[in-house]
Amino acid sequence: MRGSRVRGRLTDLALHLDGVSRAFGGLQAVDGVALAVHPGERRALIGPNGAGKTTLFNLISGALPPSSGRIVLFGRDVTSAPAHQRAALGLARTFQITNLFPDLTVLENCLLAVQAHSPVRFSMFRPVGGYPALLERARTALGRLELGSLGDAVVRNLSHGEQRQLEIALALAGRPRVLLLDEPTAGLSPAESRLMAGLLRRLDPAITVLMIEHDMDIALELSDMVTVLHYGRVIADGPREQVKADPQVREIYLGA
Amino acid sequence: MGRRALLATVVIAALAVTGPWLPAYPLTILTQALIWAILAMSLDVLLGYTGLSSLGHAAYFGVGAYVVAVLATEHQMGLLACLAAGVALATATAAVFGLLAIRATGTYFLMITLALGMVIWGLAYRWVSLTKGDNGIAGIPRPTLLGLELFAPVPFYYFCLACAALAWVVMGLLVISPFGLGLRGIRGSEGRMQALGYNVWLHKYIAFVLSGLFGGFSGTLWAYYNGLVSPNDLQLVTSVEALLMVALGGSGTLIGPALGAGIIVFLKNFVSVYTKRWLLILGGVYIGVILFAPAGIVGTLRRSPSPPEAERAG
Repeated sequence: MRGSRVRGRLTDLALHLDGVSRAFGGLQAVDGVALAVHPGERRALIGPNGAGKTTLFNLISGALPPSSGRIVLFGRDVTSAPAHQRAALGLARTFQITNLFPDLTVLENCLLAVQAHSPVRFSMFRPVGGYPALLERARTALGRLELGSLGDAVVRNLSHGEQRQLEIALALAGRPRVLLLDEPTAGLSPAESRLMAGLLRRLDPAITVLMIEHDMDIALELSDMVTVLHYGRVIADGPREQVKADPQVREIYLGA
Repeated sequence: MGRRALLATVVIAALAVTGPWLPAYPLTILTQALIWAILAMSLDVLLGYTGLSSLGHAAYFGVGAYVVAVLATEHQMGLLACLAAGVALATATAAVFGLLAIRATGTYFLMITLALGMVIWGLAYRWVSLTKGDNGIAGIPRPTLLGLELFAPVPFYYFCLACAALAWVVMGLLVISPFGLGLRGIRGSEGRMQALGYNVWLHKYIAFVLSGLFGGFSGTLWAYYNGLVSPNDLQLVTSVEALLMVALGGSGTLIGPALGAGIIVFLKNFVSVYTKRWLLILGGVYIGVILFAPAGIVGTLRRSPSPPEAERAG
């Protein structure tokens, strides 16, 4: 809670986790995690494989219910809220294993993200093409991720790198306030990773970003705050330089 | 979009023009095919677009048919009142069944819809005071519409063609609407849809109820077509045939299941002249489709001429 005392009251936080735990049978995947993320903050969530990072994302986004603890999003307790309600509050996520709509076109994928928070999603008597404002927003979202020319391509025919970009485009198209990025560079070549890092650097600074990333250079370059998970527990949490200097972190994670 | 509208116009016009030139027997078969086409398309909204395989679609078909049978014979009610009541009760049935079924997925959804379908069959069979049990309700008169006698085969054919065309247009619009896009998203990835902010349960539920609505619509027409409604009409075989029509024509294409309905109805009527083992033929057709054209007729036609690069070029 160091950050919260220094920088403001708890209710001003974008995301606040308090004693969040999740067990799978006997395995304590996430164990009493506390986290205070301020609006506009860029925070990296790092830790060895199996540290519980993706499980923590699933708990925050509502894909899994926590065994115990409390999750607060913009002052609202969302611990038991379903995923779609959290999304409506401005929470968006990407997936480590690409999770798109492979049979639909790139534009249709993006339209699904754009219309998700609009009453238009229940409209049945007009073709999708009859909503120019939505189409425009979807095209803009694609353009921002440099996918503008691929709108009519069917997603299953895209390269892996393009699919990773679309992952981000979908999350951003809903105009989120908090963005959870689960390994945006997973499976990308070094060159593609640099491209992805460039795209992420240009994100709207108002968006709060929590990022899982195995590429340490990218993770540390894009984040001012770092949280280190190890066997489901937070073992270090604070500004980048401070965490980098933490002897425990250096020993078990950075290996130096 | 323009191509779709053009195709729809051509198909409907062709059916309208050929109708009066057909001999009586093929015309009744074609009328029957139109009614089944509505049922098959309604199932396609669930199976092909939402990814929910229902094995209980005969329930809504049956409810629609029985409502018309009871109201038209015992209460001598007119066409529009019968249609409205039949569709409304079928929709209400789907609204209740949906609450029970939508929580399940995959095989479990299949089993629950199967069981719920059998509940309606059981009601038709046992609730003798209302349904006349095993004998069914006979003597349903062909209706009149706005003073127009629909008794003769040709006017009734046109009436069914208009109904099928209406159902096709409404469902065709539904599947390309933002709501329909949401359904296709659910078929692709429920987890992603939830993360994007969709109440996936609600979307599925609405699709389920609308599918039941059109299933009931086809049932109401069936009652007038056949003049007799019996528990036979809502057996498991009806649900299975509807599924087969969708699979044969190509799920997720809407026009495919309608075509599949035509093929199955023609096969059924012509083959059953020569053999009683119709179900064996049906099974054979099913295996053939799964082995040689898993995307169905229309699905295969749509896919083959466009290799990945052509699709990308749009």
